[in-house]
Amino acid sequence: MAKESKETKRESGRKLTEMRPMMAKVGVIPNADGSAMFAFGNTVAIAAVYGPRQLHPQHMQNPSTGILRCNYDLLSFSVADRKKPGPSRRSQEISKVTQWALLPAVNLKEFPNTVIDVQIYIIQADAGTRTAGINAASMALAHAGIPMRDLICSISVGKLDKDLVVDLDKSEEDFEGGEGPTDFPIAKFASKDEYTLLQLDGKIQPDVVKKILDLADEACKEIYEVQKNALKAVVETKVAEK
Amino acid sequence: MSSMNTSNLTIETLKKMFSENKRFDSRKLFDLRPIKVESEVSNKAEGSARVFLGKTEVIVGVKMQLGAPYPDSPDKGNLMVSGDLLPLASPRFEMGPPGFEAIELPRLVDRAIRESGMIQLDKLVVTPKEKVWTVIIDIYPINDDGSLIDAATIGAVIALKNAEIPGIDESGNPDYDKKTGKLPLSKETAPFSFSFFKLGDSLILDPTREEEEACEARVTFGISKWNKQYMINSCQKSGETTFTKTEIEKMMNIIPEKFDEVNEKLKKFL
Repeated sequence: MAKESKETKRESGRKLTEMRPMMAKVGVIPNADGSAMFAFGNTVAIAAVYGPRQLHPQHMQNPSTGILRCNYDLLSFSVADRKKPGPSRRSQEISKVTQWALLPAVNLKEFPNTVIDVQIYIIQADAGTRTAGINAASMALAHAGIPMRDLICSISVGKLDKDLVVDLDKSEEDFEGGEGPTDFPIAKFASKDEYTLLQLDGKIQPDVVKKILDLADEACKEIYEVQKNALKAVVETKVAEK
Repeated sequence: MSSMNTSNLTIETLKKMFSENKRFDSRKLFDLRPIKVESEVSNKAEGSARVFLGKTEVIVGVKMQLGAPYPDSPDKGNLMVSGDLLPLASPRFEMGPPGFEAIELPRLVDRAIRESGMIQLDKLVVTPKEKVWTVIIDIYPINDDGSLIDAATIGAVIALKNAEIPGIDESGNPDYDKKTGKLPLSKETAPFSFSFFKLGDSLILDPTREEEEACEARVTFGISKWNKQYMINSCQKSGETTFTKTEIEKMMNIIPEKFDEVNEKLKKFL
């Protein structure tokens, strides 16, 4: 039994709960009202926020609130088999769950009739692209000065056979054997145990879900620090320039 | 039934009733509506089923085609799930390219079934690396009164259970008039899907369309049994609010119970 668990140790040499090195930078797209880059190891996402701006066509406007539109996609060369440009069903679904992940944190009521557009693109994909995208988008929203209840932090917790593992990379996502790979992307408020993204593929016992949420909470604390420091850095540079 | 949005008045009333564990149709929050199933509803299909959840009605059919395997699974058959929200089924549905709901529904059914391992795709190979069966599950809501995902998953499982593999003629094409035996399925595993909806601080199961529209968030779980253990196979949260950790734990406690309940009700079809 002990031997078996040794075999499922991570190829990268990471500990089970150890995340890939993170990198974050705010203000990467000068044209945008807010923008950010976020990387988990070899997975790199960039996000731009445009708005609040007037929504066209006019009939889509909502006089009681602004709306949040999210678009997630992979650059065609970001994956091994070239991805055909343009939205796929997968990217449309991820766009939508990203919108749902961010919505609870944004105060749209202050901007009736407007739209906030969030554009997320993956430059380099090594699993965890939606979570990296959400982390980048959350920073970009803050950078755009949109009133937010909290930052959103996102991480994928997985299970390789019976081991719980934080921040799966692509080789781990393709793991075979035992109970197989399970990927459980989660997003939450940075400072509260409230979850805004829950998705899952694989096999997980209902009573293990709590442990997974606890692991995600721990990981999100680290992500939050990275996001906060990147946001601070951009403000400090601005002050220094003056 | 008009296609008007739910009024604020209705939402407030529902919020209050939910907090008292009450619903318009006198159910408790986690009670399911009566489930009725008919199998083999369309004889040209390899397998089919009709499912009623209260007034919600869904027809699901299974067709099989021969084709090349996917490059990343050369020794396995393929599974495809599609769905069409027919304007026949609701004033909400319109002709034209699929909206998000029409994309999400088959994807969630696909994941619940695929990840449970119910279909033994490795037994659907005709010529290794060249020719395999593709199992296509098509979902058609006939009357939408909420909980389409959960109803469609039941329909898909039962249609798979009665599906038979067509023959192959001399030139290597499918012979749909011949049957060569049941689709290879895991005996133990039949997934179901349970969607919890949230309004205010209350959670409900199996909402009617009106309740569904009033709710602020949804989380759908696919669950099955594997090696005698309950397994969550898929999950997707939607909507504009959050779920707390306490709520998620509560759902994890309820789901196995509900799984057993539905399993028991549908025993003779499984």
